[in-house]
Amino acid sequence: MNLYAIGAMYRSEMSRFFRTIMQSFISPVISTSLYFVVFGTAIGSRIDQVDGVSYGAFIVPGLIMLAVMGQATSNASFGVFFPKFTGTIYELLSAPVNFLEIVIGFVGAAATKALFIGAVILMTSFFFVDITIAHPLAMLAFLLLTCLSFALLGFIIGIWAKNFEQVQLVPMLVITPLVFLGGSFYSISMLPPVWQVTSRFNPVVYLVSGFRWSFFDQADVPVGLSLMAIAGFTGGCMVVIWWIFKTGWRIRS
Amino acid sequence: MPMVDIQNVRKQYAGGFEALKGVNLQIEEGEILALLGPNGAGKTTLISAICGITMPTSGTITVGGFDVVKNFRQARDLIGLVPQEINLEPFTKVIDAVRFTRGLFGKPKDDALIESILKRLSLWDKRDNRTMELSGGMKRRVLIAKALSHEPRVLFLDEPTAGVDVELRRDMWDVVEGLRQDGVTIILTTHYIEEAEAMADRIGVIRQGEILLVEKKDSLIARMGEKELIMELADPLAALPGALSDFDLVLSEDGTCLTYRYDTSAERTGIATLIATLSAQGIAIADMSSRQKSLEDIFVGLVDEHGEDAA
Repeated sequence: MNLYAIGAMYRSEMSRFFRTIMQSFISPVISTSLYFVVFGTAIGSRIDQVDGVSYGAFIVPGLIMLAVMGQATSNASFGVFFPKFTGTIYELLSAPVNFLEIVIGFVGAAATKALFIGAVILMTSFFFVDITIAHPLAMLAFLLLTCLSFALLGFIIGIWAKNFEQVQLVPMLVITPLVFLGGSFYSISMLPPVWQVTSRFNPVVYLVSGFRWSFFDQADVPVGLSLMAIAGFTGGCMVVIWWIFKTGWRIRS
Repeated sequence: MPMVDIQNVRKQYAGGFEALKGVNLQIEEGEILALLGPNGAGKTTLISAICGITMPTSGTITVGGFDVVKNFRQARDLIGLVPQEINLEPFTKVIDAVRFTRGLFGKPKDDALIESILKRLSLWDKRDNRTMELSGGMKRRVLIAKALSHEPRVLFLDEPTAGVDVELRRDMWDVVEGLRQDGVTIILTTHYIEEAEAMADRIGVIRQGEILLVEKKDSLIARMGEKELIMELADPLAALPGALSDFDLVLSEDGTCLTYRYDTSAERTGIATLIATLSAQGIAIADMSSRQKSLEDIFVGLVDEHGEDAA
């Protein structure tokens, strides 16, 4: 293991985050506050409770998931795409590092950033609603796994993308809709039966549900299923990345 | 054992284009090899294959005895690469960019070394500047500093002075000379012949994916070198006298200068006979000088010759 190389890649990625610390930090705080104002207060005042939890509190896990998935994906995809764009990828390809080290460096940094933002949103939410976390360790585990798996997805997108539009495309067209339709702001049981069935095919449902379970001890789908879903997703991304490095797809001609 | 050993390396791109057609090349430790060739000859592809940026279709490459595919860690540890394109992360500070490369190559932090490299390349004052704030020549220096940051034993300089001012070119030659004294093996590609002439021990000429020749610079110039003897005449001539028609002579338009071409490797240069004939004809010589054919003339001749073969 080339630990110095992992450290160098990780630090270099994190330094980009710290260079833009204001926008990294301020923008999730502002957007989360807006969600609380709009959904929690304005709309939430008309919704009494969901599954015995006040609506304001109910949306907290969904909000965190929404931000964490988006941030992990975009940070990783941008982090990988940028060296391709500037041409500095030659250095990664000619360095004595293997694919696992590159993945740990880049994905580790992207996951760290997402985790940081998830924590910021959780802190922000304490100012708006009363929440107690029923299973803190499970909450942390779900959060970590989500950061990791979506950073892996972002890594794949970054390698696949040939231009900046494509880097934005998947998060915008796939992840955001899936997250919004994945029960971030509602319980799946509130939907008509047809949509309840359709929602079962949305992988994000399992993540949000499991994460919400760790807060309120109640879930749309069994928590074991949630864990299996996220483990399967993480494993799938790892296989794709392994294949990318084995074949050199879009990185090594 | 050669420091870099390239055996039968072919590279065919997905589109079918064959960039390298069975290249064999051995580079000894501590030497400076200049790879000359026109654009698209395969210079960069060859370097990319050695450094791991591109995968050869077939053939083997070892660096320091390590196979660049199977033992890529040991092989790449030894290699520093200065790419042709100026590729730098724009927002990173110069010193961080150089530290990054050292870390990437698995070396512990060494600020004293980084400082000495930056000073050697006149970058120390710019260490806290972002790379995007630097001029083109300065960016090129950063690339060199990055390549040197992990103390490579083999350094690849891909067109290092393309689009660079005279001052930097001189600085670079000094840096290369210093590295040579440290025993670093250097491979540089260029199409500036003067650069190859100034720096290299050996010269390889590559064209259309094939190595046309590899030879010691001096012997190459000597072997292929024609010399010219330029004679200024005391009195202008209207035309060449018939007695001189056996010699390869050119009379300048104003009739004041005779140029004689001869091969230094020939058994007889014919100079003695020429001088005797001139004096027998009563032609007085005011001054004389001789000029060696430059590498550039040789190179152009070589590439043209093979170009005709290919056509």
